[in-house]
Amino acid sequence: MLIYEKSQIGRQARAQAPQLKDDVDLSTLGSHLRSQPVGLPDVSELEVVRHYTNLSSKNFAIDKQFYPLGSCTMKYNPRGAHRAASIPGFLNRHPLAPEALSQGFLSCLYELQEDLAEVTGMKGVSLTPMAGAQGEFAGVAMIRAYHDKRQDHERQEILVPEAAHGTNPATAVMCGYTVREIPVTSEGDVDLTALKAALSEKTAGLMMTNPSTCGVFERQIPEIAEAVHQAGGLLYYDGANLNAILGQVRPGDMGFDVLHMNLHKTFATPHGGGGPGSGPVGVGPRLLPFLPTPIVGKEMTETGPFYRWLDEQDLPDTIGPLSAHMGNAGILLRAYAYSRLLGADGMRRVGEYATLNANYMAARLKRAGFQLAFPDRRATHEFIVTLSKEAKTQGVTAMDFAKRLLDFGLHAPTTYFPLLIPECLLIEPTETETKAEMDGFIDAMIQIREEALNNPEYVRSAPHNMPVKRLDDVKAARDLDLAFAAS
Amino acid sequence: MPFIPHTEQDVEAMLAAIGETSTAALFDEIPDAMRFSGELKLQGQLSEMALMRLMQSRARQDEVKLSFLGAGAYEHHIPAAVWDIASRGEFMTAYTPYQAEASQGTLQLIYEFQTMISRLTGMEVANASVYDGASALAEAMLMAVRANKKNKSRRILVAGNLNPRYLKACEAIVRHQGLVLSSIAIDSETGCTSMPVEDLADAAALVVAYPNFFGGLDAVNELCDAASSAGALVIGVVNPTAMALLTPPGSWGSEGADIVVGDGQPLGIPLASGGPYLGFMCCKKAIVRQMPGRIIGRTEDSEGATGFALTLQAREQHIRRGKATSNICTNQGLLVTAATLYMSLLGSEGLRQVAIASHDGLNRLRERLAGIGIAPKFQGPAFHEQVFELPVAAETMVKTLMRDGMLPGLNLDFLGDGYRNALLINVTETKTSEDLDLLVSKMHLAIREEAA
Amino acid sequence: MTEVRNELKYLDSHEWARREEDGGIVVGISDHAQDALGDVVFVELPEIGRVVSAREEVAVVESVKAASDIYAPVSGTIRAINERLVDEPELVNESPYDDAWFFVIEPSDAAEIDALLSADDYSALCDASDH
Repeated sequence: MLIYEKSQIGRQARAQAPQLKDDVDLSTLGSHLRSQPVGLPDVSELEVVRHYTNLSSKNFAIDKQFYPLGSCTMKYNPRGAHRAASIPGFLNRHPLAPEALSQGFLSCLYELQEDLAEVTGMKGVSLTPMAGAQGEFAGVAMIRAYHDKRQDHERQEILVPEAAHGTNPATAVMCGYTVREIPVTSEGDVDLTALKAALSEKTAGLMMTNPSTCGVFERQIPEIAEAVHQAGGLLYYDGANLNAILGQVRPGDMGFDVLHMNLHKTFATPHGGGGPGSGPVGVGPRLLPFLPTPIVGKEMTETGPFYRWLDEQDLPDTIGPLSAHMGNAGILLRAYAYSRLLGADGMRRVGEYATLNANYMAARLKRAGFQLAFPDRRATHEFIVTLSKEAKTQGVTAMDFAKRLLDFGLHAPTTYFPLLIPECLLIEPTETETKAEMDGFIDAMIQIREEALNNPEYVRSAPHNMPVKRLDDVKAARDLDLAFAAS
Repeated sequence: MPFIPHTEQDVEAMLAAIGETSTAALFDEIPDAMRFSGELKLQGQLSEMALMRLMQSRARQDEVKLSFLGAGAYEHHIPAAVWDIASRGEFMTAYTPYQAEASQGTLQLIYEFQTMISRLTGMEVANASVYDGASALAEAMLMAVRANKKNKSRRILVAGNLNPRYLKACEAIVRHQGLVLSSIAIDSETGCTSMPVEDLADAAALVVAYPNFFGGLDAVNELCDAASSAGALVIGVVNPTAMALLTPPGSWGSEGADIVVGDGQPLGIPLASGGPYLGFMCCKKAIVRQMPGRIIGRTEDSEGATGFALTLQAREQHIRRGKATSNICTNQGLLVTAATLYMSLLGSEGLRQVAIASHDGLNRLRERLAGIGIAPKFQGPAFHEQVFELPVAAETMVKTLMRDGMLPGLNLDFLGDGYRNALLINVTETKTSEDLDLLVSKMHLAIREEAA
Repeated sequence: MTEVRNELKYLDSHEWARREEDGGIVVGISDHAQDALGDVVFVELPEIGRVVSAREEVAVVESVKAASDIYAPVSGTIRAINERLVDEPELVNESPYDDAWFFVIEPSDAAEIDALLSADDYSALCDASDH
């Protein structure tokens, strides 16, 4: 039942409404006064609490289930980080509060800028982009600003591997570029020959990630970096897979000029059912002048450090601000807390154990007879299983496996991405999962394959134990019902 | 090892299953020269206990006793139930609802949010939110250019009294897609958009802020009709609390606004230094396919039971790639959860009362300020914030009151000459009579101090 | 096996074209295309009177898992559009060659349609891409 269906005129959470004096003068508002109903539900406080508490139990969540979603890095979201960010002095600070009354907040952000630059091997960081996609936008906009400043106006193409995430070409187009796709080899690496053929004086840059979306390390990254730089282009790192190499390899050391990070992946900030995210960007020396504002700067005074905002007056070549204030501040505080809880040793272990966990799962699944997409490569923090054989022989698809996994209390891995591997599952356990949890997943996969052999219809009609059965996507798109109609 | 659960036995067993004896071997595809072998120079590891002490002391540095700052982020009472429930692990640590059957809680909640925000703004449909009000406006501008079939223009006329931070962010975001943003002059007496608006026939859309950045109320019906007759779409930027009391954009003029955006921060989201907030987007049903971001639809499952799912995904980046409506792949899920709880707890009557109490607070402050010779800078009605012309520089007023841990409002001198003494003061239902008296007496003292 | 109609001409992007008696070119998408798309949920048609070039994107067909651009097979002016597809997009899956025509082009060059793929060539293309 919807909250609206529980609504009754006259019901109200009375403790929440302010005490109003009897005759408040609204006359100055005149014809601006609303005559239409406000349209919110009318329910009591307990009804609201009960309704949403019950709704919450219909969700899967990291706090309850294993979530091996490839490229999403569903690691534990530390409660301590949430608590630290929610301290009243931080929670109640107005974004426009003067700097003199903001030193606590600004010092956390400055230190986070430093930590993020250090782990990625970059020279400067801006924390303002509010999600990975906004970080990508900032990164590509900075590439454009760099070439424009040098009057290099011919460079109108961005190169992208064909296995890239959809945000990459979408972002390039938003920045006014045309996109050229580079094929990927059967080993999962970018086709270096094809890349070299595509590079020209029209190339603004190459966007890629390492490990790639295929879950394998781009072994020829030194050659790729050299080729792109020789052609006069810049190299952009999509940080979606940073968890694989955190503390082990730094994108700056691989030759990347600019990158974005996903704090809601690598730095364990909560996913919240779809957001918020946070996508800070890091740059090498060439792109420092173009960073999006505001950035936190530090000045030394007689009484100690003083932190202040750097804006377009300090950075005249900035690509500008991307939000009304400075981005998702609360998420940045959580990431700062996480960084402090981990320290240098902890950071190093993230990459190490994320890789150990993924390789373990890949080895066991391979031994159990599942087809790995790149069986001769090391898994990084994730790997791909293809179910194309099962789809052909049993008519049971990756989608069906995904839905049946839900019945076992396991969230499905990422399905049908990257697009070039048919019927694929992209599996990323993360470093915070136990061996027992991973064994449970593997056992479930083995059982579902058994079911696919003996009773394929049961798998095809999954899920069976969820609050709803398989939902009709087609009806959802054809008969658009996006808001409850008032009766 | 924080958050890593492995025992030595686990590691041994796992390496054995892989056929290796050390984790180092798992990185053997990476060229040695690239491996980071040094010590990462980070801030230093802390236990949770030590972390909390550090963060408590830093947060204490930033505490303010009383604030009248608004200008796009507003202090309202947040019912305890809002974050108690929004912080439940089932909401907070859930992922994007791509597997709909495992996400019915979040999906139904977002459908209810879409319903609430579209009714509040008087519009037909809403999406599941985007990052914040400013980026929502940028997306609305791009959407208007795509959706306007009558006019192929890429020019957007923007009210001169729009929040300047919104304008700057929009410029940075739309710059590379050939859009031109032109500011419309404001009337120096009222702070409202000067009418008639020129060049409407040349524009893809008109952006109207209601209330405007100065807290005032523009002639939205006339503006909306003028734009529609000229073939321009109308984009309304609104404050959701104000919507409980003022004319919703769906009812502006004879056609209503085409796209409505704003920031949902006032709906149960703490000030939190500027984010995370939520940008809501609503539009007429006819142009919904041009709207970016996630959208939840109601549908049925294979047994006819009601269920909810992401819909219209073909517009989004993961499918459409370079031709997507936007590169966005987030909605502010956690904040939408809080806002939905807030709107349910307040309800129609409660939100109206919050709006009235805020408006009333401003009225009473204005009376008291008149008593010490301070008047509004602009004529005309204001919702819950207003610009006051001080007899001293606004910067001086702010600095003086900061000594007592008070923030009297936003110094507007960044807007240029003519605003040196202008202070934007916001009052909400959180301010008592005593608070208003304290502010006025401190301001009075500050003026006397400056005169001396 | 999906159906290929012998009397039609085709583009490698899976549109079909048919010359009417009055010279108008009727355009739709093939059975192979609708099968690959899955259940069609929406069709966006061009405006009548729009001038188009061969290979220009003039329409969009959307399913739950994909959104495909539809290209004009020849140059000319859009003379008619099939409004039925707005309310009944499922016709594209049910009757791709008959009920689900998309639009009619008044061609600027009557011979342009002859350069398109024959039914046999198109069949061969589909067979190659299926394996």
